[in-house]
Amino acid sequence: MFNFRDVFAYSSLILDGLAVSIVLCVIAGTLGFLLAILCAALKTTGPRPLSWIVTAYVETIRNTPFIVQLFFIYFGVGSLSWRMSPVFAATAALTLNVAAYFTEIIRGGLADGSRGVREAALSQGMTIVQTYLRIVLPPAIAKVDKTLVGQFVLVFLGSAVISQISVEDLTSAAQFIQTRTFRAFETYIVVTVLYMATGLVFSLLYAWLRPALFPWVRDSRQ
Amino acid sequence: MNQFTTFGIVETILSKLPWTLLLSLIAFVGGAFVAGLLTMFAILGGKIANVGVSVVISTVQSTPLLMLMFLCFFGLPLFQIEVSPLLAASAALVAFTAAYLTEAWRSALKAVHAGQWEAALSSGMRHDHVLLAIILPQAVRIAIPPTVGFLVQVVKATSLASIVGFMEITRVGTVLNNITFRPFLIFAIIGALYMALNLPISLAARHLERRFNFNR
Repeated sequence: MFNFRDVFAYSSLILDGLAVSIVLCVIAGTLGFLLAILCAALKTTGPRPLSWIVTAYVETIRNTPFIVQLFFIYFGVGSLSWRMSPVFAATAALTLNVAAYFTEIIRGGLADGSRGVREAALSQGMTIVQTYLRIVLPPAIAKVDKTLVGQFVLVFLGSAVISQISVEDLTSAAQFIQTRTFRAFETYIVVTVLYMATGLVFSLLYAWLRPALFPWVRDSRQ
Repeated sequence: MNQFTTFGIVETILSKLPWTLLLSLIAFVGGAFVAGLLTMFAILGGKIANVGVSVVISTVQSTPLLMLMFLCFFGLPLFQIEVSPLLAASAALVAFTAAYLTEAWRSALKAVHAGQWEAALSSGMRHDHVLLAIILPQAVRIAIPPTVGFLVQVVKATSLASIVGFMEITRVGTVLNNITFRPFLIFAIIGALYMALNLPISLAARHLERRFNFNR
């Protein structure tokens, strides 16, 4: 009934697709993290109009589907500006999406952060930016890091949608193989297992990196 | 022939809104039903049932929803089930919803303090009676905010049904885009519709969370 051999004949195509999915998501995750650090700061301590803009951005992303965001950027914004490549549009959409969720998560970590520490750092002559990046942010990130990684994995799984604007990711490889082999079910099983395994590897990789990133965090709570 | 005015575009998109709502309803009601069964099974069925449910939940949750849809769309025919886009999308969305809600509900039941169990049992109540009369009412309070909040995820998730060819608002957007070449307007309208559906739910969920969270 099942025949996986036809699917594995295309394994190099599958691995290429997997590499595209991973690379785009890691780029988007990194850029999104940096953007979220900025947005979280603006939302918690920024001037009113800026914090409103951040709130509007975060709520818009969190209350609309990723596929609509992707189509809006690729087709919509693309029709008004230069003709962007699918890879660029996908990376931009993934970055904006992940950054909105990261902003909320980081803000949650900052929320019960101690005001006293911040004031102490400022009174030592550190600038606001130094205080935020060196004093306030690290423990806040350490508090919510696993939620961030969990959200990143969710975005990675959701990135399957970028195949719909003809980015040659893992799902797009599956769709190609399916039309060639007529082994749709087997193809999607293989690809699903790869998505699962990669998500798991991301989590395990982070668990391994964590002590190096936050050496002062000793317990393994959460 | 295909001269769509802006009003025509809005009208056409709105005409497919009931399908997005229907799909959300099927997913949420169906998912809640399956989650109810799975939660009971996990709580009452002993250790093996509990672990089995955990395995099912994490398998579904670590699968991209789009893959769930494709697997339903191409997999169910292998069992001689004829599959329409609506059926494939519904099946995948029910699985997606059930996995999340089971986890939320089961952890809500577990979050009720063990002392409540012990006190009720030691006062001579039967096991099932304790669950229904003492534990469940407290667990419901804990479970309501995440359940309401998840409705937003469900509404958003229905947009993926467009990829297996189900004509809801995202799908009609791509079709209209091919006819009118006005993607900026079209996808802005569709985004605004999702916002209009989801923002009130998000705000309600946050409100409930604040209200029910006073003692934790």
